[in-house]
Amino acid sequence: MRRLLFILPLLTLALMAGFFAWSLTSGRDPASIGSVMVGRPAPKLDLPALRPGEAPLTDADLRTGKPVIVNFFASWCTPCLAEHPLFTRLAEREGATIIGIAWKNKRDDALAWLKKLGDPFKLAGLDLDARTGLDWGLSGVPETYLIDGNGIVRRHYRGPITERDLTETILPFLKGTVK
Amino acid sequence: MIGSRRLFFMFLSPLGERSGEGVRRPLTQPLPLAGERSLKGWLCVFLLLFTLPALAVEPSEILPDPALESRAREIGRSLRCVVCQNQSIDDSSAEVARDMRRAVRERLTAGDSDRDVFAFMVARYGDYVLLKPPFKAGTLVLWLGAPLVLLVAGAALLVAARRRRAQPIVPPKPLDEEERRRLDALLKG
Repeated sequence: MRRLLFILPLLTLALMAGFFAWSLTSGRDPASIGSVMVGRPAPKLDLPALRPGEAPLTDADLRTGKPVIVNFFASWCTPCLAEHPLFTRLAEREGATIIGIAWKNKRDDALAWLKKLGDPFKLAGLDLDARTGLDWGLSGVPETYLIDGNGIVRRHYRGPITERDLTETILPFLKGTVK
Repeated sequence: MIGSRRLFFMFLSPLGERSGEGVRRPLTQPLPLAGERSLKGWLCVFLLLFTLPALAVEPSEILPDPALESRAREIGRSLRCVVCQNQSIDDSSAEVARDMRRAVRERLTAGDSDRDVFAFMVARYGDYVLLKPPFKAGTLVLWLGAPLVLLVAGAALLVAARRRRAQPIVPPKPLDEEERRRLDALLKG
C-alpha cells in the first residue's frame, strides 16, 4: 500500500507524458471545431448567381452524379488569396467542377477579385447576407466542401486548402479512390 | 470582451474631454490641482464598479417583442460563438456570431420553441455550439469524471481514517535501565 503511494506520482507523470506525446504526434488539432456536415446530404443551395446573366444556383447543381467542390470565399479574405491558385490548378489541370460562393461580399468586389486572379468556378453564387453560409455550418472564409455525386458531403475544410490537402484528399476524391 | 471595452471608452471619454485630459498641455501652464484630479479619478473608478458587461447585441438586432427578445437573450447566452472558443454569441462581435443572433431571432419570430432553436444550431455546428454540453455517451467523462474522482478520493480517505481508528493505541515500552541512564546524562549535560 505504501509502495503504491510512492509510485502514484510517477504513474501520473507517465500518464500525462503519454497524453502530451500523443497530442504532439497524432496530428490532432485542439482548435478544430469539427464539422457535422460530413456524411450528410449537402445543405440547401439556393443562391443568386454571382456573374450577371447566369442561372441561380440550386440543389440540383450538387447532384449531378459527379463530385463537386464547393468553396466559400470573399475578396476581403487574405487566406482565400493564398488558396486561390490551387483551385485554378484543379479546374484547369484536373477539370474539377468547382462552385464558388462569395460570402458577405459585394458583387462588384467579388467579380473584380476573380477578374484579377482568374475565375476557376464553373458556377458562382452570391451569399451576401450569409444565410446560406449559416445553413452550411460555415464559421468564416475560406471553407471548402467536397461533395460526392449523390450530394453527400465527404470533407469539410475550415480554412484555406493546402498543397497537402490537394494531393492527399482532394485529388484522390476526384478520381473516386476516396469515399 | 469587445463589448465591455467599447463601453469603457464610451464611459471615460466625456469625462476625459471635459477635464482636458489626453490633450498635451504646454509645460508653462500650471497643472490642475491634484485634489481635483484624483477626485475625478476616484469618481470614475467608483462608477465603474456599477457597470455591467456590455453585450455585443446591437440595437438594430433587438426584436420589438420584449418577450421574444428576452428568450433570444437566454438562448444567445448558451450558444457558443464558433470562432471565438469560449464566448457566447451575445458576447461576441464576430461576424458569424451576429449571423447566429439574427438566425435565433428569425427562428423565434417564426414560432420555434427554444428547443427547436438549439436543434437548428446543433444541426449546423454540432454540440460544439452549446456552451453547456449535452449529457450523452460521448460526454460521460466530462460530466462524471470530476464527481467520480471526488468519490474515489473521499472513499480512500474514509477507509484510511477507519483503518487508523481500528488500530489499538499501543503505549510505548517503558525505558530500561540503560536508556534511563543515557537520558539522565543528556538532560544534565
